[in-house]
Amino acid sequence: MPSAEANHTTRAALTRRNTVTLAKWTAAWLVTMALAVFGPRFIWDYAMVGTLSAIALNLVAGFGMIVANIRHLKGLDELQQKIQLEAMGLALGVAVVVGLAYSSLDITNVISFDAEISHLVVIVALTYLAGVLVGQRRYA
Amino acid sequence: MKNRLKVLRAERDWTQARLAEELDVSRQTVNAIEKGKFDPSLTLAFKISRVFALRIEEIFEDEGDSAA
Repeated sequence: MPSAEANHTTRAALTRRNTVTLAKWTAAWLVTMALAVFGPRFIWDYAMVGTLSAIALNLVAGFGMIVANIRHLKGLDELQQKIQLEAMGLALGVAVVVGLAYSSLDITNVISFDAEISHLVVIVALTYLAGVLVGQRRYA
Repeated sequence: MKNRLKVLRAERDWTQARLAEELDVSRQTVNAIEKGKFDPSLTLAFKISRVFALRIEEIFEDEGDSAA
């Protein structure tokens, strides 16, 4: 049976390794997203095969990121998981409520510009970040 | 839920980090349990009882029990 110190090292090492893996997959997803968006214009002159390949690559990287995130969450201890769960619940709620309200503003022409999905992604990311920070503070 | 974690830890002259090592959780989790901000799962409660070689009810006290 491993010693307590060895257990802790294992947990800490596991979390660190999972975080690094998640960061790598997230970076891969971002790079392939940029490739899919800007590649057609700047690299392959809107050739269909290039665009489809870039989008397929982006999907693969995206699923890799999802799996890495699940592994990262499973590697956390129960309080850390609770903080993440509360932050994600908040972010999901904000995504649905604000997303639909934002869409309504666009459909009814209350706003002059298009309601872009990227705006919603930024709001969700900031909400999630704020949720994690509030959780860390609450249980500090 | 009240607990005697801080007292038991002090009796053994352990830091929160040392107890966290024993329990395989983060120091933040030990701190939150000690302050009563977070109630551990049954699994973690059993692990705590094993580490201190005490029964769970000797470590944790339901606040409803103390009021009765």
